[in-house]
Formats: sequence, structure tokens, C-alpha cells
Amino acid sequence: MPRLSVWMIRTALLALAAGATLGALLLAAPGIVGLTRWRPLHAELLLVGWTVQLAFGVAYWILPRYRRGPERGHEAFGWAAYALVNVGMLLVGLGRSVAGGEMWALAGRSAEGLAAAAFVAQAWPRVKPFR
Amino acid sequence: MPTLTRWLVKAALAWLVAALVLGVAMQLPAVAQVPLLRAAWPTYLHLLTVGWLTQLIAGVALWLFPRHSAARPRGSERLGWVTFACLNLGLLLRALGEPGRALGYDTRLLLSVSAVVQLVAVGAFVLNVWPRVRER
Repeated sequence: MPRLSVWMIRTALLALAAGATLGALLLAAPGIVGLTRWRPLHAELLLVGWTVQLAFGVAYWILPRYRRGPERGHEAFGWAAYALVNVGMLLVGLGRSVAGGEMWALAGRSAEGLAAAAFVAQAWPRVKPFR
Repeated sequence: MPTLTRWLVKAALAWLVAALVLGVAMQLPAVAQVPLLRAAWPTYLHLLTVGWLTQLIAGVALWLFPRHSAARPRGSERLGWVTFACLNLGLLLRALGEPGRALGYDTRLLLSVSAVVQLVAVGAFVLNVWPRVRER
């Protein structure tokens, strides 16, 4: 497994653990003052931090490789996607959970969009038949 | 495909069907005003994201991720079964508890147990799969 996939999948596992912990608190103790405001962070950790990032990591690992040059193409695009998806996830999750955080959330959604673009730029040419 | 993966994937498929049936019921005009169904949105979401998506990922990851070791290629079989049992029990308790709460029953204990059990499932899965996510 390449180093980038290790970082993406392990970060996804951490997001799963964090999101599930927050979700368990929301389910078991919804009456705790101020807890429900963190529901957007719970959703963002699990939908983007866990599932999207896991898909990035596994796809980077198993999509067909190149025979010449770097076997997985432009690694820099992959690292950019890794950084942007995590920054975006935190900005959206926190921005939607705190009062006045709308601009953080917008910046986060923009970072997530850029992460998707960087990942697609890296993955698109690798979606091809085996030779 | 290992036995544990078969159980995880088949249970994921069963939750997918259950979620989609619930989704249809929530949209039927004749029953959409039933209090139990009006409050079913969080249950529906969690059947899809936990029961289907996360459980399918767990089943495939435990099957296809790099081997743990020659002696235990898929890590701890016991932790894998804990994941399976706790994820499904926790989700079932949630699927019973949330509608019950909407109908006015006191389901705090049921939902607390559900939360703890699902958290155990996630913890067991992360602990089991973490050592297998490594560079070759």
C-alpha cells in the first residue's frame, strides 16, 4: 500500500472513531446543553472524513498503475487532495456547528471542492483497461 | 470470501433493503402523516450510512486489506465478530428506540445501550484494521 493511501485510510479511521464518538453522545445524551449544535461536525466527520477519504485512499492504491514513470501518476495531486479534504472537513464541520461560522463553512466547502478536483485530476487517467 | 465478510456483506444488503423500504414508506402520501414515520428520517439515514455503507466497507476491508501476518492474515477474528455483532445489535436497538421515542415512550436506556454498543463496534473495527493499513 503506498504511503499516501496509508495516511488517507488511517485518517479516515480516525474520523470514523471521532464521528462515531460524537454520534454516540448525541444519541445517548441529547439533553446535554449545547451538544446538539455539534451534529454538523458529526455528519461531516462521517460523510467526508470517513467515507470520501477512505474511497480516495483505496482508489489511489488499487486503480491501474502506469508502466512508465511514477506508477501512480502525479503524487502531488494526491497529497493536495489529502490536505484539502481534511482542512475542508474541519472547516465545514466546525463552521456549521458554531454561531457565525458561515464563512468558515464556505471556505471549507471550497477546500473540499478543490480536493475533489485534485483527486479527479490524479485518478481520471488511471481509469483505463488493463493491458 | 471469508465467513465473517459474508455475514457483514449480507447484513449490509439486508439493511440496504430495510432502509429503502422505510424510505418508500416515508414518501407514501397515505402513511406519511403517521407520527412514527414522520420521525423516521434519522433512522433512515443511519440504516443507510451505518448498516449499509460502513458495514459493507468493514466486510470488504477485513477481506482485502493487506495481510496482518502469516499466522493471522486477517487480524483478530474475535474483534471482527465483535464488530459484526455490536454494529447490528446497536443499529437494531436504534431502529426500535427512535420510533419509540417519537411515539412518546421513554427509550433513553435503549438508545444509550445502542450508542455504547455501536461505539464498541467502531472501536473493534478500527483496532483490528489499523495494523493492516501499512506500507509494503
